[in-house]
Amino acid sequence: MSVTVQHLTKIYGSQKAVNNVSFSVSRGEIVGFLGPNGAGKSTTMKVATSYLPPTSGRVLVEGYDSAAQPMDVKRVIGYLPEHNPLYLDLYVHEYLSFSGKLYGMKGLQLRKRVVDMVERCGLGEEQNKKIESLSKGYRQRVGLAQALLHDPTVLILDEPTSGLDPNQILEIRNLIKDVSKDKTVIFSTHIMQEVEALCDRVVVINKGEVVADDTLHNLKSASASSAVVIIDFEVAVDVHLLSSLPGVNKVEKVDVTLPHRYRLYSQTGVDLRPEIFRFAADRNLSLIGLKQEEGSLENIFHSLTQKS
Amino acid sequence: MLQILAKEFSSFLNSLIAYIVMGVFLSAIGLLMWVFPETSVLDYGYADMFTLFSLGPYVFIFLIPAITMRSFAEEKKGGTLEILFTKPVSDWDIILGKYFACLLLVVLTLIPTVIYYFSISALGNPPGNIDTPGVIGSYIGLIFLAGAFCAIGILSSSITPNQIVSFILAAFLCYLVFAGFDSLAMLNVWSADALLIKQIGLLYHYDSLGKGLIDSRDLVYFISVIAIILLVTRINLGTRTW
Repeated sequence: MSVTVQHLTKIYGSQKAVNNVSFSVSRGEIVGFLGPNGAGKSTTMKVATSYLPPTSGRVLVEGYDSAAQPMDVKRVIGYLPEHNPLYLDLYVHEYLSFSGKLYGMKGLQLRKRVVDMVERCGLGEEQNKKIESLSKGYRQRVGLAQALLHDPTVLILDEPTSGLDPNQILEIRNLIKDVSKDKTVIFSTHIMQEVEALCDRVVVINKGEVVADDTLHNLKSASASSAVVIIDFEVAVDVHLLSSLPGVNKVEKVDVTLPHRYRLYSQTGVDLRPEIFRFAADRNLSLIGLKQEEGSLENIFHSLTQKS
Repeated sequence: MLQILAKEFSSFLNSLIAYIVMGVFLSAIGLLMWVFPETSVLDYGYADMFTLFSLGPYVFIFLIPAITMRSFAEEKKGGTLEILFTKPVSDWDIILGKYFACLLLVVLTLIPTVIYYFSISALGNPPGNIDTPGVIGSYIGLIFLAGAFCAIGILSSSITPNQIVSFILAAFLCYLVFAGFDSLAMLNVWSADALLIKQIGLLYHYDSLGKGLIDSRDLVYFISVIAIILLVTRINLGTRTW
């Protein structure tokens, strides 16, 4: 196990930010750490990076205890904090060298590594600028470059794509994918597509407690209590006719101006589509849309984090 | 520690802070020593550097908090302290790095005033008639005093994310620790303990060094004060509550 969180509890004053959280991440895995704002994602990460001491429980990173052996933990972790704080008055190169020196790198090795990171993170054109003059996307790259500089085995990224535009999100995502081949990556987010695009596994946390820890596929199939098919007709169809189709449990008319859209619910595992197609063909209705709805991640997220 | 010292110091040089501090200190002291008739050496009649060593600390009370106020406050506000604390450096490395960067700037600011020593020495009658050991002792005292002020400034900066609060707090504490105890001792309630109260303050030990006698007790006193203040800073930052 590369990162193991054991019964971690963190209390701020009287507020329990993290309550008895346990999960583990094995080497080479990319894990999405999901939860609504204020669920305790950042706090868990801060304890894992030895920034905050845990109230009880512990976090092991590559076998080192984050509270008892902070130096060893800090050496193997690359960390991108939330909001990506940077020294705005430094130049990109200067900042990366400073960061490298704190890991004890120096001389030619440091310079080569900085040049390498600048290239890898696509900072080539911006490398001689001050960080304050960079756009948000480039700042995020600088933050990532800083986290990757010392070639850590564990990467902890706290909302690496928050506040970026869709193109930048895609770029940062690809960058994370690219660098994460031989690393353990834990990243937090509340964007579902991100998890879908990057992760092997998801840990969902809500109000300081783990509510799900599974692969995406399992989560999706578990949450889909009913299969839904969305159909569009050119003309209005009687709802009762539709609900009389074999296998249909419930029919809902969806309010869109054009076309006439219906949602058909059935038992999981039943595919309604052939039946609907035959129904339309028999009655000579123009079926202009037919789509099976998957248990979407948003729904899973919603149902997991709204329960309590 | 050295990496942090170097980074802090270069950020002094890259911003205007270093130049403004040096410029203001040297102009203020220069005006006081050579121009303003009330404190000018030329009108005073004695070839000594009393003005520099008696008024220098008061200039420091304003300047040193201005140097130190950003050290932790700015990083707290910007969140970069989290970056620093998650790098493999100890809290002491960070505190001492920042502390010595500030002290280095102050010492550099003091260096040009050595010229005054030679000017006054040449102006004396006969030339060279100046209390050299006294000057050396005073310089040592001034540097240790600056060291204590820097420590106070760093502590104040570690308490708050607001630079202005940090500045005001540091200036007040510097004044209190420097001259406050002396003034307090003058209250007519202490009787025999007045000297003890006086000895708690920095001024007593600073004056003692200024006489040209480098007493190890004074040095131990200054070093202890600095160490205690930095220790409080370390404890305060160790709680990670901001």
